[in-house]
Amino acid sequence: MTARIILQATDIQRALTRIAHEILESNRGAQSLVLLGIPTRGVTLAHRLSAVLENIVPGSHVPVGSLDVTMYRDDLYQQPTRTTSPTDVPVNIDGATVILVDDVLYSGRTVRAALDALTDLGRPDIVRLAVLVDRGHRELPIRADFVGKNLPSAHDERINVNLMEHDGEDTVSIDTVVAA
Amino acid sequence: MSTKFLIKGARIEGGAVADILTSGTRIVEMGSQLSSAGATVIEADGFVALPGLVDLHTHLREPGFEQSETVLTGTQAAAAGGFTAVFAMANTNPVADTAGVVEQVQRLGDEAGYATVRPIGAVTRGLEGVQLAELGAMAESRARVRVFSDDGKCVHDALLMRRALEYVKTFGGVVAQHAQEPRLTIDAQMNEGEVSARLGLAGWPAVAEESIIARDVLLAEHVGSRLHVCHLSTAGSVDVIRWAKKRGINVTAEVTPHHLLLTDARAESYDAKFKVNPPLRRQEDVLALRDALADGTIDIVATDHAPHPAETKECEWSAAAFGMVGLESALSVVQTTMVETGLLSWADVARVLSKKPAQIGLLTTQGHDLVAGSSANIVLVDPAVTRVFGRDNLVGRSHNTPYGGIELRGAVHTTLHNGYATMLQGSLVDATTVAAAAEEVRHG
Amino acid sequence: MRHLISTLDVTRDQAIALLDVAEDMASVSQREVKRLPALRGKTIVNLFFEDSTRTRISFEAAEKRLSADVINFAAKGSSVSKGESLKDTVQTLAAMDIDGVVIRHGASGAPLLLANRGWIDVPVINAGDGTHEHPTQALLDAFTMRRRLHGAGSRGKGLDGVKVLIVGDILHSRVARSNVWLLRTLGAHVHLVAPPTLLPWSIQEWPVTVSFDLDAALAEFAPDVVMMLRIQQERMRDAFFPNEREYSLLWGLTETRFSRLSESTLIMHPGPMNRGLEISSAAADSPQSTVLEQVANGVSVRMAALYMVLTGEREVSDVH
Repeated sequence: MTARIILQATDIQRALTRIAHEILESNRGAQSLVLLGIPTRGVTLAHRLSAVLENIVPGSHVPVGSLDVTMYRDDLYQQPTRTTSPTDVPVNIDGATVILVDDVLYSGRTVRAALDALTDLGRPDIVRLAVLVDRGHRELPIRADFVGKNLPSAHDERINVNLMEHDGEDTVSIDTVVAA
Repeated sequence: MSTKFLIKGARIEGGAVADILTSGTRIVEMGSQLSSAGATVIEADGFVALPGLVDLHTHLREPGFEQSETVLTGTQAAAAGGFTAVFAMANTNPVADTAGVVEQVQRLGDEAGYATVRPIGAVTRGLEGVQLAELGAMAESRARVRVFSDDGKCVHDALLMRRALEYVKTFGGVVAQHAQEPRLTIDAQMNEGEVSARLGLAGWPAVAEESIIARDVLLAEHVGSRLHVCHLSTAGSVDVIRWAKKRGINVTAEVTPHHLLLTDARAESYDAKFKVNPPLRRQEDVLALRDALADGTIDIVATDHAPHPAETKECEWSAAAFGMVGLESALSVVQTTMVETGLLSWADVARVLSKKPAQIGLLTTQGHDLVAGSSANIVLVDPAVTRVFGRDNLVGRSHNTPYGGIELRGAVHTTLHNGYATMLQGSLVDATTVAAAAEEVRHG
Repeated sequence: MRHLISTLDVTRDQAIALLDVAEDMASVSQREVKRLPALRGKTIVNLFFEDSTRTRISFEAAEKRLSADVINFAAKGSSVSKGESLKDTVQTLAAMDIDGVVIRHGASGAPLLLANRGWIDVPVINAGDGTHEHPTQALLDAFTMRRRLHGAGSRGKGLDGVKVLIVGDILHSRVARSNVWLLRTLGAHVHLVAPPTLLPWSIQEWPVTVSFDLDAALAEFAPDVVMMLRIQQERMRDAFFPNEREYSLLWGLTETRFSRLSESTLIMHPGPMNRGLEISSAAADSPQSTVLEQVANGVSVRMAALYMVLTGEREVSDVH
């Protein structure tokens, strides 16, 4: 079970920079943006993305928050009980352009849960999705607006996103899970 | 119905192997290679033969509580447990505090025929603890009552207990005390100890039993009377009895099978089948009781067979009834806790479950040694069986046994009551046959 | 965690996880839409055999905030008052296909019977049984202490080294029992003060220290938290102590005693309070008093308990 490294630290940095530019292009600037990361690594990526955006547009402020989706999942009764993470939304999202940020987009169920969670928090004007990796195999009609890397994968493969703040290194790798 | 039995090759009271030939109501011959002419042969190789067991403490519930048990079903349970005589406690409805009720209970027992029923008379009218019941009338009645008890309740008034102890001297009776100081056990649910503190159940402290026994042995000494103490449950009670006997006080004591095996830890499940009065105690108490039974400080084992309907046990602990059935399991529990551990021999078992109870209860027709000429009240036990006790092993009307799922040693094979079989080769003999045999003995 | 019957069965990891989830539940109460869909479509029965408006309302609020459907069963005026047994009441509910039971009962052990006897096969939460346990109360007490002592840094923490003094009728208190086990599990030091008549006979087996003198305990133990328990009037009739005046004199948190406490000492009470008996108004209304927070935290903690017990894969039920 050897992991193949797909993205190194510099690749991740370039991907985030490109996503930032794409966001600014589609939003025509940095106004009304709110980044909400899905815990755990989505929040870290959201913080990094915000820093890049504020760097590209000096004087801008792009607030970052976290949106825990545990209670909105559709598999609460099929999986062992999960502990929750904080939901921390620093500004009113009514009328804002919310960018949901997550590390990996797979079946789409997490994002579906995030959209429901968002509805209970307010009414943004626009909601977009930015992910570092899209590994395909959608089970719901969900797509990402901003993608760091498209990484087609098989079901028995696992995508590992390691970030310095959590795992001591910045890498995205793929390995095959040995059948139990 | 056969009135002749040849029991072949049994170990007599666990000792020497012999054949037993019975005819009519007597053992006519004992020896080896006895002739089996006209007799039903029972192969008893490996079995232990004991005199029929005598239970000094049973609740037959009739009259008044027939949904739990009747004299018929209770004595059937007795026969299945190897008992040929039971003393029936007085807390029926109406209470057995008059000649009429005790005679009724006796008659029901005689007609059913499964065991000799000796009614116990109440000490106080209605078990109210205020006024003496008609002890003399009950003693003089056809039931010839000699054992008196308010069991279920304590004769807690010291003056009344004194008077009762004095009064029974008239006819050589004995007061059997259920030792429980009521003021110390208000709404008590289980043994007061570490478990009750954790479970949030009101405690029944050992001192509530011990203090009454201490008082009663001194009263018995003072008035020169005989005292019997029911269901001893604590190490402290053992100490009091030991002290009293050393002092020459005329006191006897009994212990139940469940107090020889089970502890208050069983209550952790809140399963009310373990709720009983007096309650299950600590392991230290269980061991002290076993030692006391072995050394004779405790004289006998008595079941305190207490049937209750299912709905009074399938509920929250504090709403549940106190009591366990015990006739069918008694001998197995005694074998498991006392014989297998080397504390009692089979001869000792005969003493504590047959001879001594008969003596205390003044039952002269039973509890004899197994010799030619004795009454044919015999139980054959297969000591080599191990069974997981369950509802199938119960034949009485109620099923509130604490032994479900517990492995017990030994099983009753055959019970002969006054020369006829009430239990034969592991099966209860049917009621019609037994009643007919009992009738024959009465008129024969 | 299939059932929540007793804090004795809750491990340290489970307790901290539950308290952490409660932190997130607390923030829901600040939102516009005070709702999470975690228990949507689930039917919970609040099976209350004892009168208790506060606890029942707290559970009901928690259940509704998780989008559950709630059925309230009050024993008074129901079939139970006509003599229906606990078993029949529960089996009737089972026949209605409910998803969870929150039970408060006057008999110690009733919730455990529901969990084990096979009358019903759903998760059971104990909302207080006789004098046995009241686990959600202990959890909300621990949550309150943790929040006050560690503030925003509470997540992941226990109550290690925290000194908790519990005063009052320990013998009859299910709140005391649940608190003693949970506080011990979370690493706190517990000291009990009560008249000797109101302590369980085998108290020396408990993981606590005990004394009878409240003034000495306050001075020497120097607690971080003082938890006062309610005294019930019936105890006077059964000769546990002579009268209210004497009880208050010796074991009440009077204004004088309160004034001797450090300003950081928390004052807690599970409620309802007997002002002037076990606790003075000075103490109850001070900034150190957590009485009202305990109520608010109760909803968050109960949301967390419901979530932990009802979600997750169905395990094989714990039948003896």
